Amino acid sequence: MKALVCWLTVLLTAGLAALPAAAQEAEAVPSVDEIVQRANHMAYYQGLDGKSAVLMKITDKNGNVRTREFIILRKNGDGGNQKYFVYFLQPPDVRRMVFMVHKFAALDKDDDRWLYLPSLDLVNRIAASDKRTSFVGSDFLYEDVSGRSLEEDVHELTQVTEERFLIKNTPKNPASVEFSYFTVEIDRKTYMPMKMEYFDKSGTLYRVIEAKKVEPISAKEGDRQVEYLTVTESVVKDLKTGSTTEMKFSNVQYNLGLNDDLFTERYLRRPPREAMR
Amino acid sequence: MRTIPGGCAAAVLLWTIAAASGEEVQKQSFWSQWAPPEVHGFWEARGGYRLQNDRYQKDMSVMETRFQLDLFTYTDWAEFKYKGDVFGDWVQEKGRYQTRETWMFFRPSDTMDVKLGRQVLTWGTGDLLFINDLFPKDWQSFFIGRDSEYLKAPSDAVKVSFFHDLANLDIVYTPQFDSDQFIRGEGISYWNSNLGRTAGEDVHIHTDKPDRWFRDDEVALRLYKNINNYEFALYGYHGFWKSPAGQNAAGLATFPDLNVYGASVRGQVGKGIGNAEIGYYQSRDDENGDDPMTANSEMRYLLGYTQEIGTDFTAGMQYYVEQMLDYDAYKQSPGMTRDEFRHVLTLRLTKLLMNQNLTLSFFGYYSPSDKDAYLRPNVHYKASDRWSMEMGSNIFFGDYRNTFFGQFRDNTNLYAAIRYSF
Repeated sequence: MKALVCWLTVLLTAGLAALPAAAQEAEAVPSVDEIVQRANHMAYYQGLDGKSAVLMKITDKNGNVRTREFIILRKNGDGGNQKYFVYFLQPPDVRRMVFMVHKFAALDKDDDRWLYLPSLDLVNRIAASDKRTSFVGSDFLYEDVSGRSLEEDVHELTQVTEERFLIKNTPKNPASVEFSYFTVEIDRKTYMPMKMEYFDKSGTLYRVIEAKKVEPISAKEGDRQVEYLTVTESVVKDLKTGSTTEMKFSNVQYNLGLNDDLFTERYLRRPPREAMR
Repeated sequence: MRTIPGGCAAAVLLWTIAAASGEEVQKQSFWSQWAPPEVHGFWEARGGYRLQNDRYQKDMSVMETRFQLDLFTYTDWAEFKYKGDVFGDWVQEKGRYQTRETWMFFRPSDTMDVKLGRQVLTWGTGDLLFINDLFPKDWQSFFIGRDSEYLKAPSDAVKVSFFHDLANLDIVYTPQFDSDQFIRGEGISYWNSNLGRTAGEDVHIHTDKPDRWFRDDEVALRLYKNINNYEFALYGYHGFWKSPAGQNAAGLATFPDLNVYGASVRGQVGKGIGNAEIGYYQSRDDENGDDPMTANSEMRYLLGYTQEIGTDFTAGMQYYVEQMLDYDAYKQSPGMTRDEFRHVLTLRLTKLLMNQNLTLSFFGYYSPSDKDAYLRPNVHYKASDRWSMEMGSNIFFGDYRNTFFGQFRDNTNLYAAIRYSF
């Protein structure tokens, strides 16, 4: 469920569809497992693949601003596995670097990550296994972007309002994370995770992620024209450090027919057209 | 196309393209196929001093201001890149220019890539240790404390890559031998075995370098395959020792013929990344090892492991061995001091702080057999998206003046730099 957490990433994923039944389902309350699975799907798995340009604005407590701009490609595999390709455009010192991830849904299997440094023509394997570290120096964590396995937490439906489900997520292995639990507000109609709040070991709220803008994105599903609801603006606030990161998605596309080959060393060294423009 | 600084580079690119397309294109359509050029680069000032006296060198180890221009554009069928540096070098007291990259890249088919021109090339699994990466290195830049980008010197080459389900193949052809920028006494003193003492600006190494186009050439191959994200590779190289490994009758340092055959594997081991690499250096001008003026053949072995040991904190270790073959033959010549085995351990520590804007890093080589060491601590801070600064040191230790790192102990230096990127 924490996976929902990531609606930010939403763009990357997609798939769901499902929407005709939404009106009806708003009446009945599904099981908590179904809610978190649908929310996870909305946040990370929509479509067969996806692409977006991403602009991150990191503002520290003193008002200093840093930006990150990159293009991200995602392709779904079997059983929740996914591949990511991130091509950096800004700032200048990371321009043209490529970060590639083969993400595995299985809890006991670490993701494989590569970083390509163009000035040295160097393909590096990243040894980092901790997913709760900052993604490119922002307030988003690696796990916010790539998703957190639903198996990692115990999910409880704690509140149902007219518009939202409130889910409390408690880690099965508390030592593996910096929070004691986090809550997710999920839109009852769309199943989009809209807000996440993280509480530290003393029970104090210290981190908030919010979806600020959700847009329908048209795509083809076979011959069928569909719309994928997508979070195109989100914000994370770190209440302890006073730092905020806004993330905006543009040029969002789904079902481009990305080939598996794009996520190999060949394209890591020379990125595909799809990643560069 | 807009007028851009570095117009000559643009002209080179255009010329390459025109030549490559090989057809008369109407002006209108020719220009309209180009993406607007991406213009980037940096300005940098860097200074460093020796921490002890070197009687053969200035106290300044590095003192320069540098401007790098990086241009990139593409059409539907190819990509074009130019990257060049202009810098004022106060140690050598001259203005200098270096083209780092000028290449075109295209994908003639789904299974083939071609990159043609001056380019930086890297492969292999070692971290600042190279067995099957026989592409040129700039050890001078590395030892005086330039940005790590400059360790890799460019090659003037064509790289053709073939991709297949069975395996992928890279072929790099360098029509004229590109040697390392090795230590020759310019800016850094070294052990001169002819003189039996350390030498520097007083005695530069002069070489007899193979330089005939298409005859003194190099071929490097890599056959590789990813199996469940374990990266396996076989390598082959036909060319020359990249730094001097012999001497001719005229007393000039030579680059004897060299073939290298090797293999590597890299992938997840436990919580981290493990790698292993091996190479057989066949010194073709001295296959029996009985020519004291030419390096013997060698075996080289490497084992490495890297793991995250804390938040944004990574540690990596390597164990590397060079084994001289035909050692008995070598030993029979008088005055030969090398051991049969040279063992090297390396340690890398990297810690990111302050939202990953501050990087504390350490890299150290230690050779228990040569009893010498080379340490590279560095602090790098990104003050903003454009301004960064760093400070670091190159520290050499050695019990003996004639070992690989020990010979550079008077080069121990401290440097600092500030850079504006755009």
